[in-house]
Amino acid sequence: MAIVARPYDLPISPQDRRAPGRLGMMLLIATEASFFVYLLFSYFYLASMARGSWPPDGNPALRLSLPNTIILIVSSGTMWWAEAGIKKGQQMRLRIGLLVTLVLGMLFLALQGLEYSNQKFTPATHAYGSLFFTITGFHGAHVAAGLLMNIFVQARAWAGHFTATRHLALSNVALYWHFVDVVWIVVFLSLYISPRLG
Amino acid sequence: MAITTAPTAPVEKLERLWETAPGLYGVLATVDHKTIGKRYIVTALVFFLLGGIEAAFMRTQLIHSNVHLLGAEEYDQIFTMHGVTMLFLFASPILSGFSNYLWPLMIGARDMAFPRVNALSYWTFLLSGVFLYTSFLIGQAPDGGWFAYVPMTGRTYSPGLNLDFYALGLIFITISTTVGAVNFVVTFFKMRAPGMSLNRVPIIMWGTLSASVAIVFALPALSVACVMLYFDRRFGMHFFDAAEGGHPLLWQHLFWMFGHPWVYIIVLPAIGLASDMIPTFARRPLAGYTFVALSTITTAILGFGVWVHHMFATGLPMLATTFFSAASMMIAIPSGVSIFAWIATIWHGKPVFRTPFLFLIGFIVLFVIGGVSGMMTAAVPFDWQLTDNYFIVAHIHYVLIGINVFPVFAALYYWLPKMTGRMLSERYGRWVFWLMFIGANLAFFPMHISGMLGMPRRVYTYQPGLGWDTINLITSIGAYVFALGVLLFLVDFFRSLAVGPEAGDNPWDAPTLEWSVSSPPPPYNFAVIPTVRSRHPLWEGRLGEEYHTIVGTGPILDRGRETFGTSALDSDAYEILQMPEDSLWPLILAAMMTVMFYGLLFGVWWLAVLGLVLMIFSLAGWCWPRSLHADEMELLSGEE
Amino acid sequence: MIAMQSGSPSMFGTAGPAAHEIAVLGWVLTIISLAVLLVVSLILLAALFRQRAARAEQPDGVVIRPNGSITLIVWGGIVIPAIILVCALLFILFVQSAVATPPTPPVATIRIVGHRWWWQVIYTANAPDQQVVTANEIHVPVGQPVRLELASADVIHSFWVPKLAGKTDVIPGQQNTMWMQADKPGVYWGECAEYCGLQHTHMNLLVVAQSPADFRHWLDQQRQPAAPPTDPVTATGERVFARSACAACHTVGGTTAMGQIGPDLTHVASRRTLAAGTLPNTPGNLAGWIANAQGIKPGNDMPTMTLPPGDLQVLVAWLETLQ
Repeated sequence: MAIVARPYDLPISPQDRRAPGRLGMMLLIATEASFFVYLLFSYFYLASMARGSWPPDGNPALRLSLPNTIILIVSSGTMWWAEAGIKKGQQMRLRIGLLVTLVLGMLFLALQGLEYSNQKFTPATHAYGSLFFTITGFHGAHVAAGLLMNIFVQARAWAGHFTATRHLALSNVALYWHFVDVVWIVVFLSLYISPRLG
Repeated sequence: MAITTAPTAPVEKLERLWETAPGLYGVLATVDHKTIGKRYIVTALVFFLLGGIEAAFMRTQLIHSNVHLLGAEEYDQIFTMHGVTMLFLFASPILSGFSNYLWPLMIGARDMAFPRVNALSYWTFLLSGVFLYTSFLIGQAPDGGWFAYVPMTGRTYSPGLNLDFYALGLIFITISTTVGAVNFVVTFFKMRAPGMSLNRVPIIMWGTLSASVAIVFALPALSVACVMLYFDRRFGMHFFDAAEGGHPLLWQHLFWMFGHPWVYIIVLPAIGLASDMIPTFARRPLAGYTFVALSTITTAILGFGVWVHHMFATGLPMLATTFFSAASMMIAIPSGVSIFAWIATIWHGKPVFRTPFLFLIGFIVLFVIGGVSGMMTAAVPFDWQLTDNYFIVAHIHYVLIGINVFPVFAALYYWLPKMTGRMLSERYGRWVFWLMFIGANLAFFPMHISGMLGMPRRVYTYQPGLGWDTINLITSIGAYVFALGVLLFLVDFFRSLAVGPEAGDNPWDAPTLEWSVSSPPPPYNFAVIPTVRSRHPLWEGRLGEEYHTIVGTGPILDRGRETFGTSALDSDAYEILQMPEDSLWPLILAAMMTVMFYGLLFGVWWLAVLGLVLMIFSLAGWCWPRSLHADEMELLSGEE
Repeated sequence: MIAMQSGSPSMFGTAGPAAHEIAVLGWVLTIISLAVLLVVSLILLAALFRQRAARAEQPDGVVIRPNGSITLIVWGGIVIPAIILVCALLFILFVQSAVATPPTPPVATIRIVGHRWWWQVIYTANAPDQQVVTANEIHVPVGQPVRLELASADVIHSFWVPKLAGKTDVIPGQQNTMWMQADKPGVYWGECAEYCGLQHTHMNLLVVAQSPADFRHWLDQQRQPAAPPTDPVTATGERVFARSACAACHTVGGTTAMGQIGPDLTHVASRRTLAAGTLPNTPGNLAGWIANAQGIKPGNDMPTMTLPPGDLQVLVAWLETLQ
């Protein structure tokens, strides 16, 4: 059987929404989201089995966590603003947006660290403590991962790698960052708000 | 788009583009799915042998009452590692190996969607297995059973490193499994050859796809459980500690929310392999293709709704157990559909009794036995008698050996010729089959009875006079017969590499695309990308099909490592994907991950942090583009 | 041998209503399963070996796909299994309800505490002097149900007496309850059915079903504290017990020994087995156990006691008086 070749004229690795890397990031987010679902299942399961009051030391304070939630939501906004910028080819808007997002994310982690140091309990005090620190801690780790990704694409952005049509790495990082934000909202509602709802 | 015909495609250029670099660098840096697939298969078979040796020890210890070949602690480590090895280091990886090798060849692509991630999934598999087995070197192998129930596996009752190896080792392997699964899902939706619409893909792809989606959603439950176990043990946390607000059943819920989907994950791809082999030996296309595809998807989904059937004896409310009992009964239906699809294929076909087909017949029989014993245990009150004794051990081995090992051995006899270019021996193959089939039944059927006679599981010895001695003797003999079959296979395998007859492209006269290329295939798989028109491209002429798959004429895609990106449903090509070159980053990342895990294991925190930091740098190195796209180059040169 | 006292702990050949109902269900499901296996195997064999019309042109060629394959799949794979499964499910639900509660109210509540690796048995009562504490042996009146409250002192165990009832897990932090009734007098083997560590296999117990009169007599006898020793040998034995650290772990009612770690020994000589069903209870075995507990059941909490010569015999003699 003779092999006969035909040339083919299609775009080469266009970095649009149908790119394999996009689906890959979505699946990564799906599995990470599942990780948090199982953590929160554990929280609600142990809450339902609790014999004394839950949380045992009273409801977790909103004093730092509520402003922190707002900071994270704003940082999603700045990330969205950055991505919208590069879609129009605006390099400085991309770079500034990423930088502001980075700063807001670092602020989130700093405030979370402050909240940790103010806590009356530790992860080893009781199961609630174990859950509180593990759930918020893993979320914080995901924030840190998102910030590292931010630094990475910022480096590429400052080096001018991205164009209006080619910025898949940036889009994926933005998607991951929005995911991290959504996870925080769910964690916040579960740990900080749900105990207050009767 | 111009169509010109050239007399012969310049395959030399393709060969240069796609072949792995020579020497040690190539060995460590290859991203070729065929090499990775073969490595997976060989490594998984090595673990199969290790698990088998562990089983041989166990069966020798239990051949009679009060045998003391092994002490209690040694036995406990061996039975635990037997389970961990078979379920994590053999059953899933071997199927990943076949899928990895076969998928691109079956779908007319040149590689998987993410070749470097593919390499990463292999290296992390290998290293996680090594990590787990180094526990034997210090005599502290995991000893809590493969599902490690707390509080026994907490630090109070298991103070050694045994369960730390377990917790960290399993987290390590979930990373391998998960990234592999992501690769399969993306490949399925993006990389099929033009014309290979969803209703034309081989069932192995549906099986592995279902398993991969299940992995994405189920494995995190195991990670959460193992993280919590590690935290309880290492940092004195209280997730499972009833005295401080935790609960031991939290572990069981999390573990089985992973564990039940897991058992489907380790059989659905094998069911796919079987569904693709049976038509070849029945000499007709698969009957009820849609039924079978849908039943793999349905099983994967329903598999998330039955986990509590592992916990029927824990004192849960009747409403909960009733629901899960009903769900566990209903999940038998998709399995039944597949079994009758295979039987119908054979019925309306013309069977050819070659070695792979013998294993497939055995597979169907063992599947039914495992399935009905599962149905018996789905009945809650009867489960209260059957669970945690040798009846359950019988059930799990029938389903694992029947629905995983037998299709795997059929696949080895069927596809090794494609991989090596040499046929295995029909004569040896028959001996291997009968030894394994008779051995399996002799070993495991009596266990239904010893369980019903009250023999509990996970006992290092048992007392005489309980009526268990004879059954255990028969079981042990069966196990040795089975082992003999496996050893004979190994002999045949090595023999065939040396003196086996040449296989040729299509020794079985099979219908799917992988049989249209040479055995072994060239590094670029297809000189030109085929355009697919049916489920059985190589049989179309004889089936009188109206449209024919185009295999010899097509786009050559040789401007680099290129293959098509196609749409999800109808597989219309809309882009050309550039695939990566060989890379050391996957191995480096896996090695740094190993460093981190050893640091966590021994509590050497600076080592763990170092490993993590180096992992981050490896990822950065991996993701930084080696070369920029033409557009991007233009932009850079146009910058101030 | 101990097992001869009770016979093979089969889940069939039952001796109580709970196990009986379950066994009926079990037989039904077993027969259905075997029937399914037989039918499917026959259909498979027919598919493999049935006579087929010769196809002269292509002896090993590809068969053209005929119609009719869907019938087998739909009927064999969906309709018939669904009918069988739904019927089975209804029967299962019926049996599950039937065994949920005993036929008559329980006549006693027994608290069972699982330890690594023995069973603590406490017959609860309102007045403390009516309470009975023993180990690894449960007595029940024939034809009358008892309620069991299951608790764990350490890890997860599972309480299983196959001839009388299904198993129920024993979970720390949770109290599970079950009921149990024997309809025939006899001795029934019980075991731990959840892997709980090194000596999981040696964590067995016996259930002794007696006539209600005999049961009450046994209960009264078990309520008595140990009688003071009546001869010099046993008196010496009691002193050996007191000075040899035995009292640190064991309780003997009527003496100063109030240890809570090991089994209550007030009536140890009245029990049929030692070390949770590991040895028949004979003076020789009792001596052997004390002198070599770690050799017989390695890893358990009872240390191997090296006693001065002569002490072991008098100790055992005294322990044999604890009926």
